[in-house]
Amino acid sequence: MKMLTRRLVIAAAASFLFAGHAIAQDKSIVVASTTSTQDSGLFGHILPMFKARTGIDVKVVAQGTGQALDTARRGDADVVFVHAKPAEEKFLAEGFGVKRYPVMYNDFVLIGPKSDPAGVKGSKDIVAALGTIKAKGSDFISRGDKSGTHQAEINLWKVAGVDIGKDKGPWYKEIGQGMGAALNTASASNAYVLADRGTWLSFKNRGDLAIAVEGDKRLFNQYGVMLVSPEKHPSVKKDLGQQFIDWLVSAEGQKAIAGYKIGGEQLFYPNADDPGA
Amino acid sequence: MSSDVSALQLVLSGDPALFAIVRLSLYVSLCAVALAAVIGIPLGAWIALTKFPGRQGVIVLLNALMGLPPVVVGLAVYLLLSRSGPLGKFGLLFTPGAMIIAQTVLVTPIIAALARQTIEDLWLEYRDELTAMNLGPLGRVAALIWDARFSLVTALLAGFGRAAAEVGAIIIVGGNINGFTRTMTTAVALETSKGDLPLAVGLGLVLIAIVIAVNALAWTARRAGERWAG
Amino acid sequence: MRAPSSELPIEFEGVTVASGSVTILDDVSLIFDGGAPTILIGPNGSGKSTLLRVAMGLLPPSRGRVTWGGRIDVPPLRRAIVFQRPVMLRRSAGANIRFALGAAGVPRADHVRRTGELLELVGLAPLADRAARRLSGGEQQRLALARALARDPAVLFLDEPTASLDPVATKAVEDIIRAVSARNIKVVMATHDLGEARRLAGDIVMLHRGRIVERGPAASFFDTPQSCEARAFLAGDLLI
Repeated sequence: MKMLTRRLVIAAAASFLFAGHAIAQDKSIVVASTTSTQDSGLFGHILPMFKARTGIDVKVVAQGTGQALDTARRGDADVVFVHAKPAEEKFLAEGFGVKRYPVMYNDFVLIGPKSDPAGVKGSKDIVAALGTIKAKGSDFISRGDKSGTHQAEINLWKVAGVDIGKDKGPWYKEIGQGMGAALNTASASNAYVLADRGTWLSFKNRGDLAIAVEGDKRLFNQYGVMLVSPEKHPSVKKDLGQQFIDWLVSAEGQKAIAGYKIGGEQLFYPNADDPGA
Repeated sequence: MSSDVSALQLVLSGDPALFAIVRLSLYVSLCAVALAAVIGIPLGAWIALTKFPGRQGVIVLLNALMGLPPVVVGLAVYLLLSRSGPLGKFGLLFTPGAMIIAQTVLVTPIIAALARQTIEDLWLEYRDELTAMNLGPLGRVAALIWDARFSLVTALLAGFGRAAAEVGAIIIVGGNINGFTRTMTTAVALETSKGDLPLAVGLGLVLIAIVIAVNALAWTARRAGERWAG
Repeated sequence: MRAPSSELPIEFEGVTVASGSVTILDDVSLIFDGGAPTILIGPNGSGKSTLLRVAMGLLPPSRGRVTWGGRIDVPPLRRAIVFQRPVMLRRSAGANIRFALGAAGVPRADHVRRTGELLELVGLAPLADRAARRLSGGEQQRLALARALARDPAVLFLDEPTASLDPVATKAVEDIIRAVSARNIKVVMATHDLGEARRLAGDIVMLHRGRIVERGPAASFFDTPQSCEARAFLAGDLLI
């Protein structure tokens, strides 16, 4: 009798494990995306609209760009939606993606303490500002996690003539975490940090931080979306995934993106019709 | 979950998103503890009662595994369950099932190690009687497990505490997907990273309250049982 | 109760039990056979408990051998033992007996009836549903007796069962032992209470420092002890 009870318990446990899986099979896709799109609240705004239109559940796994692309390479996501064009093109070249569609852009802003120890506040030149920060050794927080934001930051240092990998000093702190964590750290240690505007606008723990530099064209941040190649990973839900992509670049999807505002301010600017984006 | 509202308001208003998160947290952790008990208690009992070469080494290893780092377990289970991994065809990654698996791996050594200690101590006391009754190994194990049931409940609570508190493993294998694999601990991590600290603290307090409630329930059951059984 | 069969006679052939440098039983040879109770007496540390454990089959001898019904390595199917401080399982009194019945291989269908009979025999019927660990010392000892008898033993070993009991409880236990012996179950019992030995014995085996110093029918042992150890012990001297 005890043996039967034990077997029933194991069977019940196994069915629990797989029940979640069975439900998931109904019309859902996994999208590997970035913490900036999640933390800004964009997905919370546009995904219900997509579900209402198509009945498809979009499950967003929010990681840094590097990790999101890795997840897609492993076949653990159906669609990847990130903001690092060189990395995305490499992904395509390796054969893991089908096609890249530009979707939207937002911009980065340089956040810093209101006291502005490096004296860069109000500047419209991000490259000059970064050079000043390095020269003065003002505290700077880097995400250090191969995310789109991190890669953009590294590029900007390069344009400023700094090989940040070699030239960093104790003023440069790499935390290896997402945007929210970086902002928390900058807030706690009164340091500068490069952030995407969307996350900054919805960030609540600002402490003594404010926008120091914005508006430089080099701070533009382009997002692209790709279907993971079903040739590399037959388990990819290519029809449902393509529906999501098609919706994002459609007039309805682009309008939904533009309609997302925080405090009356628009965060993301749709540009799916820009072929060079 | 609206972030301009405190966690207390969410609880009092019966916010469905919050309750879904609480339900998922309990579901994942309780399933993990149940599975870990089914595996760990007989395993601990067997080690307690069986002499075999290397037994002391196994006991040391089992005790050490109680301290398995959750992130490492999360990474290992992730690699196993990924589509590119050996168990990829089950499609378990980023589902509650994966979270249960990861937490079961974390909790089983705790329950097995504590069960082993409890039953080994009890065996010293029961050895003569059970041997004189000519019981086979299964009979001895069953008798000891039942008689040790109150101490084993404590082991289960230790396992539950570990499961309910951890975030490192389940955030990796679950993906913290809104409405699907987001639990109390991963929600606290997320709200913290979004800078919504008051909400994160509130969620944390709700989590602690739930863990205390589970412990209080188990304590009451144990006391009632012990009062009867003497 | 069935007549004793394959368990008896129990024969010790030169049995020595040593632990490290300490010798607990020293070259003990004797035979237990059916009939009236055999009582083991002797000072503390003389080896009575150890002898019972060896006879039960719980402890293998370091030297020599034990045979049951002429065979070695007989599993304890029809022997049972009651310890001085029996371990109660964490369940009701009735459940303790049912557990023993199950362990002895009694079919489940008979459990309820047999449990009732055994509880009656030891006078614990009204306490069937009481938690065993909450019984008094005397009640626990009687429950242990019932558990042992659940095995339908041919031989029943008892290791100082009344040592920690008050006179009322002692009498209850001794009455049960007499009833058991009357049913043709061989009783082998250790005691340090000479009065109890006198009350219950068929024959006496006296141990001192792991050796048998005297054995014989109770009457002749108590009236005309042969060895000086026995004489000293009966006179109440401390046997060193």
